[in-house]
Amino acid sequence: MKKAFRPPFFRSLPGLLGATALGLFAMSAQVMAADPIKIGVIAEAQAIAGASIPQAAQMAADEINAKGGVDGRKIEIITYDNHSSSADSVRAFQRAVNEDKVNIVIASYISEVVLALEPWASRLKTPFITPGAASNEISKSVHNDYERNKYTFHGYLTSAALAQSVCDAAKELLVDQKHMKSAVIMSEDAAWTKPLDVGYEECLPKIGLKVLDHIRFSPDTTDFTPIFNKIEGAKPDVMITGISHVGVQPTVQWKNQQVPIPMFGISSQATNSTFGKDTNEASEGVLYQGVSGPNVPVTEKSVPFTQAFKAKFGNYPSYCGYTAYDEVYYIADAVKRAGSTEADKLVDALEKTDWVGTIGRVQFYGKDDQFTHSLKYGKGLITGLMLQWQNGVQVAVWPPEIAKATLKFPSFIKVTSN
Amino acid sequence: MLAFQILIDGFAVSALYALGATGFTLIFGVSGVLNLSHGAIMVLAAVAAWAAASVFHVNTYAGALIGVAVALVAAFATYFAVVQPIQKSTRIPNEEKEIFVLTGTLLWGIMIQELIAYFFTNNAKTVLPIVEGVVDILGVRTPRNEIFTAIVCWFVIAMLWLLVNRTRTGKAVLAASMNPRGVTLLGLELRNIYIVVWAIYGILAGIAGVLLGMFLGVSSYSVGPLTASAFSIVVLGGLGSVSGSLIAAFVVGYLETVTAYLISPAYRTIPALLLLVAVMYVRPQGLLGRR
Repeated sequence: MKKAFRPPFFRSLPGLLGATALGLFAMSAQVMAADPIKIGVIAEAQAIAGASIPQAAQMAADEINAKGGVDGRKIEIITYDNHSSSADSVRAFQRAVNEDKVNIVIASYISEVVLALEPWASRLKTPFITPGAASNEISKSVHNDYERNKYTFHGYLTSAALAQSVCDAAKELLVDQKHMKSAVIMSEDAAWTKPLDVGYEECLPKIGLKVLDHIRFSPDTTDFTPIFNKIEGAKPDVMITGISHVGVQPTVQWKNQQVPIPMFGISSQATNSTFGKDTNEASEGVLYQGVSGPNVPVTEKSVPFTQAFKAKFGNYPSYCGYTAYDEVYYIADAVKRAGSTEADKLVDALEKTDWVGTIGRVQFYGKDDQFTHSLKYGKGLITGLMLQWQNGVQVAVWPPEIAKATLKFPSFIKVTSN
Repeated sequence: MLAFQILIDGFAVSALYALGATGFTLIFGVSGVLNLSHGAIMVLAAVAAWAAASVFHVNTYAGALIGVAVALVAAFATYFAVVQPIQKSTRIPNEEKEIFVLTGTLLWGIMIQELIAYFFTNNAKTVLPIVEGVVDILGVRTPRNEIFTAIVCWFVIAMLWLLVNRTRTGKAVLAASMNPRGVTLLGLELRNIYIVVWAIYGILAGIAGVLLGMFLGVSSYSVGPLTASAFSIVVLGGLGSVSGSLIAAFVVGYLETVTAYLISPAYRTIPALLLLVAVMYVRPQGLLGRR
């Protein structure tokens, strides 16, 4: 016959009560410790630009946790690879909210993906920030139906602001310094480039660059020879780019075919420091707009972040690495101010964000602005910068306050003022 | 000017298509296998050449050789791990084996594609060209690498022709494509012939992949379109007919180039696909098909 085991501790009633009290105490401590702030990160982990998103978010979380977290609560990052697909992203979003119980989601650099997630953020009432998508429609939707869509935050510049940033840089670098007069716009056919092109068409003539032609091409184009051929035929001084899904192929073919026209504008893949290796250094001379860059002291946080990122992952982050890193920090800040992770309180707190991150001073446009919940653009906030690939590294060439180098082109480029 | 541009660009693209499709059609002609992992093997070769050069810092030639070697290994892996087990299986009825091979190689290709995306991202990779710089041909600024691509393609195709028509092994391969049973009756081991054909296929797909990587660049997204283009060229030329594939490669290559220059690069592949549909109606066996 088996003899029931009875621990000596429970042999008296006071002992039992004591144990119960201890147990309750331990449980509540456990609840405290097991109640982290959960951030879901849905990203294009297999793409040059998107790969930096989960890496940078995790880095920020580790740093915050090492300093004790937010009011004793740790930050937990749960990542989902979306394979650059909207359908996968929606499934990941549903899973993040319904099963993994995240408090907030950081997702994607692709506008199509973010536009697909936006209604889900509304339906599931879960705050959601994109670190890299640009389409104007993201924040316009928030403006048009605030009560419903207020959960979406646009943690990156809108296409309209990006076009403005490119034009501001082009005015000083190309028109004033190099006396350029004409341009051809070359952009991929995607949601984010539609408003970008509208912005380009509007601001380029204003700064003195006549738009000679406007070429939109399919993002699955592999042979760019006919496109470059057409651009060259128009004889512009510069190509103004709007490319993100493509990057390596046009850059390599530009160099191999020695197309004598400089490329200037948005080129998302060029923002990652692996781009040099990915293109076998064909990137030399490429000019791209960024919000920050390796060793560029946009704020006092920028350089330490890029150095730590490089030390950990072997390469510098892409543009959405900077924004994802900042986002985790200002989410933590918002949770602290709100004293809660409850969705509506978090939205209120996020709207009041005033955070100096790695890309500048982060504030969001309000309910009455055209681009509600998108990053404020302008001096003293975020202006963006222009960088160039020179000798295998990315250097800032604009704005003059932080520029470390002047424009330099490979020998096959014919710059008009030369 | 534009006409010369189309002529020169179209030639390089067509030569590359021809080389890519030749191995594909050869395998079908000899062993009746439609290898739908074709695009994946080509991309694998290019990515291996890129990785060897930029990650492991070997020189361009060694990188290209590594790319071809990897394609050869992948071709054998396709044969021994996917095709042969299906062909040997006693549980799959004979009449269903073709469809099993088709599905098996398709899945195998997707597996390779996902592995490439996982380890090397889904962004495009370009292999460093063996020859750099540009030359002026009839007023068209042509990359030397484009000329190199066309020359290598034709050289390899010529070598293949010599192999098939002038060597004992080659003649056995040719015989097997005409009458497998006859070859067996002559005392030749059909299995050995298959191994030779898969080796030839691996080398051809490898060279085509590396050259494509140098000329235009490839990404894991290229896998499907590359298989589809080889497939349509081979169907257009006549399944199993090498010379038919060569002609079809030039028809498709030029049709695409003309469309890209004169209409829009966005519609590049459409006319060739329409032509394929038309040929299916009028001449289902393809341009030079025997069946």
